[in-house]
Amino acid sequence: MSADANQLAARIGTIPSDRIFLIVSRLVALILLITVLSILSPYFLTVGNFINVIRQAALQFMMAAGLTIVVLTGGIDLAVGAILGLAACLSASLISQGYLMLGAASALLCGLACGLVNGVLVSYGRIPAFIATYGMLWIAHGLGYVFMKGEVIYGLPDGFRFIGAGFLWGIPAPVLIATALLVVLHVLLHMTVLGRAIYAIGGNATAARLSGMPVSRRLVMVYALSGFLSGLAALVVIARVNAADSSLGEDLLLPAIAAVCLGGTSLFGGVGGIAGTAIGSIILALIINGLNLLGVQTFWQNAVMGAIILLSVLADQLGGARLIRQ
Amino acid sequence: MNDTAAHPPQLVQHAPLVQAAIHAPGALYLLAVMGVILTLGTPGFFTAANLTNVALQVAVLTIVALGMTLIILTEGIDLSLGPVLGLCGVAASLMIVAGYPLAVGIGLAVMIGICFGLLNGSLIAVVGMPPFIVTLGSFGIAQSIATVLTQGDSVVNLPAYFRWFNDGIFLDVPVPIWATFAAFVVTAVLLYRTKFGRYVFAIGGNRQALLLAGTRVRLYHVAVYVYAGILTALASFIMTARMNAAHPTIGVGLEFDAIAAVILGGTSFEKGRGGIAGTVLGALAVGVLRNGLNLLGVGTEWQVAIVGMVIIATVGLDSLRRLNA
Repeated sequence: MSADANQLAARIGTIPSDRIFLIVSRLVALILLITVLSILSPYFLTVGNFINVIRQAALQFMMAAGLTIVVLTGGIDLAVGAILGLAACLSASLISQGYLMLGAASALLCGLACGLVNGVLVSYGRIPAFIATYGMLWIAHGLGYVFMKGEVIYGLPDGFRFIGAGFLWGIPAPVLIATALLVVLHVLLHMTVLGRAIYAIGGNATAARLSGMPVSRRLVMVYALSGFLSGLAALVVIARVNAADSSLGEDLLLPAIAAVCLGGTSLFGGVGGIAGTAIGSIILALIINGLNLLGVQTFWQNAVMGAIILLSVLADQLGGARLIRQ
Repeated sequence: MNDTAAHPPQLVQHAPLVQAAIHAPGALYLLAVMGVILTLGTPGFFTAANLTNVALQVAVLTIVALGMTLIILTEGIDLSLGPVLGLCGVAASLMIVAGYPLAVGIGLAVMIGICFGLLNGSLIAVVGMPPFIVTLGSFGIAQSIATVLTQGDSVVNLPAYFRWFNDGIFLDVPVPIWATFAAFVVTAVLLYRTKFGRYVFAIGGNRQALLLAGTRVRLYHVAVYVYAGILTALASFIMTARMNAAHPTIGVGLEFDAIAAVILGGTSFEKGRGGIAGTVLGALAVGVLRNGLNLLGVGTEWQVAIVGMVIIATVGLDSLRRLNA
C-alpha cells in the first residue's frame, strides 16, 4: 500500500513542474467551467447540450490540429482559417452541383496546395513563418472572394451532410472523425520519423540541421499537412452548417490559436502535443457554450478569444512552463 | 596554416551602381513598374487630381506604417493596429456625437492607443511572449470592444467641423498631408536624434546584449508599442473624417497594408535594419498599387490577394538578398 504510494510519488516526481502546472491548471479550468455553468444555467446539464458541446469541441479540434503541429516546430500558420474558408467555398460549389467526390478532393487538394506554398516560402524562401502565412491568409481570403462573388451556397446533399450532422451509434459523426484524427496524429507525432523531426526542429532547428536532418523538407511536409487538415476540416464544417460563403474562414483563426494555447503547446516549439489541443478544444467549446447559454452577445466572442490567448500564454509563462528558450 | 587562411574566400564585388540597385527598397521598383503601366494604360492616372487623391488615400496608411516601422525594427510586429484604429475612431466619435468637445474625443482616442501599446508592449518586452501572438490577442479584444460599443453599426451624424481632418486645406496643402509630414518629422527626430531611437535599432540588433548590459531596455521596448498606438489613434481621426462616419471594422486589414509598406520600404525583419524614409515610399507604393488596380478595373477581391502576393514576394526577395550579401 505505502509502497504503491511511494512509487506513485516517485513517478510524479519525475514529471517536470511546468507539465504539472499545465495539467493541474487545465483540470481546474475544466472543473470550474462545468461547475459554474451547471449552477448558472439549467440547460447546461442536458443531453442535447452535451452533444452540442462535444460536437463543437470536435470541429474546434479539427481546425486546430494542423496548427498544433506547425506550432510544435516553432512556427505558426496564421492562414489556417483562410485556407479552410477557401477550401470550403470550392468544395461546397462542386458538391452542390452534384460532384461529390470531386468536391471532397478539391477541398483536400486546395488545402494541400496552400500549405505546400506556405512550407516552401518558410523553409526554402526563409520568410518568417508569421509573415508568409499572413500573406497567404489574405491571398486565400482574396481568392475566396473572387470565387464566390458575394454569393452564398446553400443546401448540400444529405449523404454528404452525414459527416458533419449525422450520428453513428448515437455519437455525432464529427466526434468520431476528430477522435480518429487525434489517434492518427498522436501516432504520427510519437512513433514516426516525421514526428521525431517535428519535436527536434521545434526544440532546436539549428541542432537538427547540423545533425543531418533534412529540416527544410520536413518543414514543407508539416505546413502541407496543416493545409491538408484545414481542407479536411472544411468538409466537416460545410457538412455541419449546410452552407458556405467567402466569409466562412474569417473568424476561425483566433479560436484555433486559442485552442492550441489552452492545450499547453509552447509557442516557441518543441513542447506540447496533439492531446493537449484536444483538451484545449473541449475547454474552448465549454466556454463558447457557456457564453451562448448565458446570452452573451456574439460581438464579444473575439474579445474572449483574445483574452484566452493572452491569459493562457501568460499563465504558462509565469507558471514556470518552459516557454522561453534562449 | 590552412587553406582558407591562405586563400580567403573571394567576395563578389559589384559596381557601385549595381550594388545600389540591389539594395534599393522594393517600393522603388514597384512604383516604377506601376507608374509606367498606369501612365501608358490609363489616361486618368498621371493627373494632378488623381495623384492628390493617392496622397490623401495613403495618409492614414503612412502614419500607421511609421509606427509599425519602429516595431518591426525591434524585430516585433503589431497585428492589432488596424482594429485599434477602428476602436479609437468609434470611441472618439461616440463622445463627440454625444456632445463632448473635440479635445475629449482626441484625449480618449490617444488613451486607447496608449493602453493597447502598454498591454502589447509589456507582454512582449517584460513577460517575453511572442509579438504576433500578443498582438493577435489584442486584435480580437480591440475588434470586439469596437463592435460592442456601436452594436455593429456605424457612428454617423458627426459635427460638420469634423470633416476638416480630411477636407481641410492649410497653406494650399490638405490637412492629411500636413499630418503625415508632421508624423514623419516627429518620428524622424525620435528615431535618429534621441536615445529612444538608438534603443530601437539596438533592440532589433541584439536585445540580449542590452539586457546583459543592464540598460533599461524593457522601458524603451514598451515605449515603441505605445508610440505606434498614439500615431494610430491620431490617424483614426483622418480615417473617420474621410468616411464621414466611424465604423468598428474600418481598420481591419490596415495592419496588413502597413506591414507591406514597411517591408516594401526596405525595413528588414531581422537585425534592426531599415528606416522610415523607405516606409513613406512603401506606403506610396501600396497606395499606387491599390489606386492603379482600381483604375485598371481590378476588383477589391483581387486586390486583397495581389497585395498578399506582393508582401510575400518582397520579403522573399529581401531574404534572398540577405543570403547573397
